[in-house]
Amino acid sequence: MLYLTSQSKIILKRTMSQTYKIRKGHNIKLIGDAPQKHLGAVASSTYAVSPLDFPGITPKLVVKAGTQVNAGDVLFYDKDRPEVLICSPVSGEVTEIKRGAKRKILQVIILADSDTKYADHGSFDLKSTNREATAAHFANTGVGALITSRPYGVAASMHELPRDIFVNGVQSGPLAGDLAYQLAGKETEVAAAIEALSLMTAGKVYVSQDGDVPPLGLLSHEKATSIQFTGKHPKGLVGTQIAQAAPMNKGEIVWTVNAVDLPVIGHAFLTGSYAPTYRVAVAGSRAKNAGYATMTQGVGLSSFVSTNINNDNTRMIAGDVLTGTTLEENGFLSFGKSQITAIPEGNSTEFFGWVLPGFGKFSTNRAFWSWLFPNRKYDLDTNIHGEERAFVVTGEYDKFIPMDIFPQQLLRCILIGDVEKMEQLGIYEVLPEDFALAEVACTSKLPLQQIVRDGLMDLRKEMM
Amino acid sequence: MKFVQNIFDKTRPLVEKEGKRNILYPLHNAIETMAFVPDHTTHSGAHVRDAIDLKRTMITVIFAMVPALLFGMWNIGRLHYGAFGEESTWLDNFLFGALKMLPLITVTYAAGLGVEIFFAWKRNHAVNEGFLVSGLLIPMIMPVDIPLWMVAVSTIFAVLIGKEVFGGTGMNLLNPALTARAFAFFAYPTWMSGDQIWINTNGEEGAQLVDGYSGATAMGELATTVGQGLNNPATETVMAQFGSGGTYSMMNTFLGLIPGSIGETSALLILLGGLFLVFKGVGSWKIMLSFLVGGLAMATIFNAFAVNEFMGLNPIHQLLIGGFMFGMVFMATDPVSGSQTETGKYIYGFLAGFFGIMIRVFNPAYPEGIMLAILFMNVMAPLIDHYVVESNIKRRSKRLANA
Repeated sequence: MLYLTSQSKIILKRTMSQTYKIRKGHNIKLIGDAPQKHLGAVASSTYAVSPLDFPGITPKLVVKAGTQVNAGDVLFYDKDRPEVLICSPVSGEVTEIKRGAKRKILQVIILADSDTKYADHGSFDLKSTNREATAAHFANTGVGALITSRPYGVAASMHELPRDIFVNGVQSGPLAGDLAYQLAGKETEVAAAIEALSLMTAGKVYVSQDGDVPPLGLLSHEKATSIQFTGKHPKGLVGTQIAQAAPMNKGEIVWTVNAVDLPVIGHAFLTGSYAPTYRVAVAGSRAKNAGYATMTQGVGLSSFVSTNINNDNTRMIAGDVLTGTTLEENGFLSFGKSQITAIPEGNSTEFFGWVLPGFGKFSTNRAFWSWLFPNRKYDLDTNIHGEERAFVVTGEYDKFIPMDIFPQQLLRCILIGDVEKMEQLGIYEVLPEDFALAEVACTSKLPLQQIVRDGLMDLRKEMM
Repeated sequence: MKFVQNIFDKTRPLVEKEGKRNILYPLHNAIETMAFVPDHTTHSGAHVRDAIDLKRTMITVIFAMVPALLFGMWNIGRLHYGAFGEESTWLDNFLFGALKMLPLITVTYAAGLGVEIFFAWKRNHAVNEGFLVSGLLIPMIMPVDIPLWMVAVSTIFAVLIGKEVFGGTGMNLLNPALTARAFAFFAYPTWMSGDQIWINTNGEEGAQLVDGYSGATAMGELATTVGQGLNNPATETVMAQFGSGGTYSMMNTFLGLIPGSIGETSALLILLGGLFLVFKGVGSWKIMLSFLVGGLAMATIFNAFAVNEFMGLNPIHQLLIGGFMFGMVFMATDPVSGSQTETGKYIYGFLAGFFGIMIRVFNPAYPEGIMLAILFMNVMAPLIDHYVVESNIKRRSKRLANA
């Protein structure tokens, strides 16, 4: 090795898959891991698609109550970017458009057929095609919406030309599912999806893998650049991965895809139909039966909840406890989610809880004596443990955001609406989820993810 | 605990927005949230949260201050009885000091929290926990015989001008406790310096002070040597006090067996508190370490030139006297008024320690150079942070240019 010239060292570096160790962060250990047990397929007669699952989209409906749809038919599109299409996950009859204040569309409810009929967009020959045709297939089959476009974290428009595409194959959030189990048997679909994605960018398709678990063979692809991440969460946030591998600059667009969505994308290219079905990890201390259930996006969850979740004073979450959205008892599986977490609500007071030694309290720092037991798993509830305050403690957020940014200074700029400074401090490199761990740790209990979301949306409005 | 909760539940309607006595609402809320961590649950963002809150952070700082505070109380009594040449047990000493200290603490909290509650009511937000620490820091940095009304006026000034005019806890430029100390120092100079105020000398009728009694602080004594030249017989008697066996020997200043501001004398116990803060992750080790290095650097430079006895003092000894240790552990580390970037903390701490020693030695009229240096660096901290953040911005724009 000593005699390698600098040039041959570079070649060596290029051919090996690059590994990044994430030292900043924290693994929140919760009880209720999902064991590799199949809980069966979840069926329901009603499905729903909510525009609220798509931040930054102003929905324009193409269906109304009474419309018959096939799986893969368009339900609504984005008013500002009509090429962004949101499609029905099942076939059936649209029974209701649920609206909220100011006629805001909350849900499109579909009464599903017993046998799903698929809109057929035709199978796609990935070997002899061009970007334009591929883009059209992404949009028309509905799988284009599974791609997230940064910097704003919105569903991607196929008119964009992304610098690179990142496929995130690391699931490191609290109680995250086992990707190997969720993707088992989907080799062909995954390969097709990566192939299709590689046609959409002139740059690279990066595929990240968790270096702390055995690598997934089905994620390696000749057209993809493999990168590995070891260490703590947020190694599984694609924002972390981009910041390490190829940081974003102002004006650049990067697309990201979760590896768990690859089979749905691949299926759309192999068969021409949209079938967003997942092995959903069911986890958390309030899950009566933890494991994996086969669910289609938008499926009504009421019967599933009554048999699998202890629903007494429980918070049900689509996604993980850091970034997921709250599910109602009779709710529907949110778009793009492959995890359901059930934890207790924390709506009770605690007598002098802030003075007690706190041997059993979850904390990311040593102010409570629970630091003596770093490997304890917690049954965390949703209590905030205090009231909201101004920024007081400093250097707290930096410990959880492995990026070259100044989180607190950036947040302050967002709060005062200083757009120029936001840009200078790197708002284009972050999404709300990148601040989730910092939000958990925040002594002042500030809504960091909401602040970042608002900042990004204001910025986007300014740019449009 | 149900009945305690019931009391709060019953009284809450009286103080809520529509109630007539709503100026009491912040007070009610403050006491209630102190007794019970509220039942509020997450509504946006992450669904689970860390158990820490500002109350926990502040109580941790208070725990760190307790050893120095208790020692300070004992030291008040020890010096008092010592001045009259009376025999006393450690319990006598402690009780005497506690009786002197409790009114100071009570007055500080009452004055400061009064202002805080008024502004909480005016601005319609909850009372912040910041003053829990400030309210204990202020009496600890005062001389024992300061009149209570001066403490009250200084505290009100500090909270009002040092904090609330900037928008309250988290927005202040200056450390409120040091602002109170600086106000007292400049507004009532005769009370805040000299050799009469550091030891309580109100003896019982007929009691006589012992011969040769001196109530001066180490800083006060050193100040008398400046301008006298080296090898002057008068300064030599003073400096003898700093040698081994003297009143201000290295060991005495380290343990804290000297006159001075109530909580500032014992370097040992302050350092113990500092270690506790660092260990708990509440105090910044970066600030403390660089502060120590900065002070040591200046003291060493002075020692090398040593044109007077003050400059010639052993650098370690220099750091053990006055407010250096207290400032390092409890004042400079205030996260709000200090530097807020991690790189900035090194620069901020170093300069505060460096200037602290420089001011105290160059201008003996300001024996509390540390206090002034930290306040000065409080003002400079945003500038330091600006340049640290600016370097990040430059790095980012360079990357953009190369992309």
